[in-house]
Amino acid sequence: MKHIITALVENQPGVLARVVGLISGRGYNIESLSVGPTHETGISRITMQVPGDDRVLEQVTKQLNRLVDVIHVTDLTTAPLLNRELVLLKVSAPPARRDSIIKMAHTAGATVVAEEPETLTLQITGEQAAVAAFIEELKPYSILDLARSGIIVLARNGAV
Amino acid sequence: MRTGADCIIDGLVQAGTTTVFGLPGGTVLDIFAKLYHAPLEFFLVRHEQGATHMADGYARASGRVGVCIVTSGPGATNAVTGLATANMDGIPMVCVSGQVPTHMIGNDAFQEADTTGITRSVTKHNYLVKKVDDLPRILAEAFEIARTGRPGPVLVDVPKDIQQAKTSATFTGPVKIRGYNPNPEADPRAIATLAEAINKAQKPLFLVGGGAISGEAAGEVTTLARRAQIPVTTTLLGLGAFPETDPLALRMLGMHGSVAANRAVSECDLLVSIGARFDDRVTGKLSLFAPNAIKAHIDIDPSAISKSVAIDIPVIGHVKAILQALIPQIMPRQRPEWLNQVSTWAREFPLAFNRNDSELLPQEVIEQVYLATRGEAIITTEVGQHQMWAAHFYKYTHPRTFISSGGLGTMGFGLPAAIGVQAACRDRTVVTIAGDGSVQMNFQELVVAVEHDLPIKVVILNNGHLGMVRQWQEMFYKREYSAVRLRQDDRAANEKIDTTRRKGYLPDFVKLAEAHGAVGLRVEAKKDVGAALKKMLAHPGPVVLECIVKPGENVYPMVPPGASLTEMVQNMA
Repeated sequence: MKHIITALVENQPGVLARVVGLISGRGYNIESLSVGPTHETGISRITMQVPGDDRVLEQVTKQLNRLVDVIHVTDLTTAPLLNRELVLLKVSAPPARRDSIIKMAHTAGATVVAEEPETLTLQITGEQAAVAAFIEELKPYSILDLARSGIIVLARNGAV
Repeated sequence: MRTGADCIIDGLVQAGTTTVFGLPGGTVLDIFAKLYHAPLEFFLVRHEQGATHMADGYARASGRVGVCIVTSGPGATNAVTGLATANMDGIPMVCVSGQVPTHMIGNDAFQEADTTGITRSVTKHNYLVKKVDDLPRILAEAFEIARTGRPGPVLVDVPKDIQQAKTSATFTGPVKIRGYNPNPEADPRAIATLAEAINKAQKPLFLVGGGAISGEAAGEVTTLARRAQIPVTTTLLGLGAFPETDPLALRMLGMHGSVAANRAVSECDLLVSIGARFDDRVTGKLSLFAPNAIKAHIDIDPSAISKSVAIDIPVIGHVKAILQALIPQIMPRQRPEWLNQVSTWAREFPLAFNRNDSELLPQEVIEQVYLATRGEAIITTEVGQHQMWAAHFYKYTHPRTFISSGGLGTMGFGLPAAIGVQAACRDRTVVTIAGDGSVQMNFQELVVAVEHDLPIKVVILNNGHLGMVRQWQEMFYKREYSAVRLRQDDRAANEKIDTTRRKGYLPDFVKLAEAHGAVGLRVEAKKDVGAALKKMLAHPGPVVLECIVKPGENVYPMVPPGASLTEMVQNMA
């Protein structure tokens, strides 16, 4: 099961390393990671996607809470969530296929952010599932480069 | 204006430090310059690992925060084992390490190491100080973090230029860290639920761990157990939290626990953990652990609850306060059947060994130490079979009298820890029980004991082997004694040692002790042990007493790996 863990932490050097170290120290892979400041001074939010065993992730969450610089941790995997991800991708777009790619992008709600003679760079934001689906759709068109921001979430009911 | 180094020394003193262990180096020259004039007693060690174990032993014996100072690079990496040892056992320590100047960090500078990176997973918390103005606050925080909640080691890494920089910053407190709330107040309803469960239980059992000692709650544990007339078993680190001479004491439980303790755990209908974290050495096979019991857990660390064993009644908070609130709610009650059953087990299956008339046995030596010290010494141990025998054949009646590396199981801990213990408790008898393998690891620290007039007594049970590994090889690895023999004349073929050239054991521990300035004694015969111990205890300085003991003894009972606590292998007498 892919767990979504979000932590509010002190915006200090080393905090991210400690949080990440705790998880990777158990041999778990952090599939995606996003970190940035929040509206409160000195507090950052770390959002991680970690596939793993439910029980172990429950332990990990408790142990993250124990860290001195971690203010609050929640495992939001089963909570009602708003989730978003941002992706930039560069596709091979020779003149013959350019129009169909642009059309596909517009249908999916993506925008063209850069044009080169043989390539197009597209940007899409949206729910992770939708974004993932768009990437799948583009695979036959030869994706040359791809950057995903990783998921960010906020709980719907003001939990965190 | 003060320099960073001033802030460090002032911070130590302000926190109540009187004793510091350490070793200087290039990146701590400024700290040591201030130390020269400071109102602190400084112990110059011979290896930084020694400093950390001394600070650890000092903390375990006194309840105070142990303090050590090490230099950058190899100084800090030498401290890692000691920090990890303290981290596993929850021991309060502050370690100040030097670091290369800030502009050189990350450049592979001379004696540079990523100390905060390396120690991140073996400390409760650590700091890399980037601004001198932060130092007074950081030091205060370090001590607060070290000694509150589940105690632990905190490392403060200070670059040389920060030590030299000037600041007018001060810190008078209080320490406030947003994400750190170490003293949760226990829920009175949880305590009431626990009281009810205890009062209702027919076969209750208290499992007492190191947390009860860290929380200074041994008195409350004893009052509670006696009032409720409930039997008590302890973990290795809980030894001494409840007097082992009391009829309610079942002794230690777990992999090498007593039959009575392990059977009581397996048969009880209520198991109350008081500051014990359900370590794997204690539980045996989890699915078969305390199968008939409702499980309660009193702990200050919320992440300890249901970590390995599902807990029915969690009571999170400070153990002393919780027990104080609990005791008046407990009805004194007689449970004669249960008490009879556990005491029958204790009587029929006492911790024992096969005595013989000719050979000197390691277990016997410990019995003799117990008698010679009247059970009043502070015992430190190294790690291995001797450690288990020290838990079996010495009865601990007070907290902070059994000092041993439990969670990490660090060989080389015992001798330096004894020095720290003696430094904290100058008027007590301190005896280290050591194996011949372990004692070599930090033997060099013995000089520190000699020069500071710390009369530690090091009893080496020399069986010529790394005994615990040998036992496992005997029991589970086809008796192939790979790399466990330490005598010169009997070695495994793969070591390619010419066993015809030398005889006996190297090093000569008596000569080694004398070379360090201590008294060295050796006994080989049973009849000489009593007198040797007497001589050892009477001598006003440090003594190493080497006892040549019969090899091949096994620690019993033993719960084999993967087995449940009821599947103990016992001594075939």
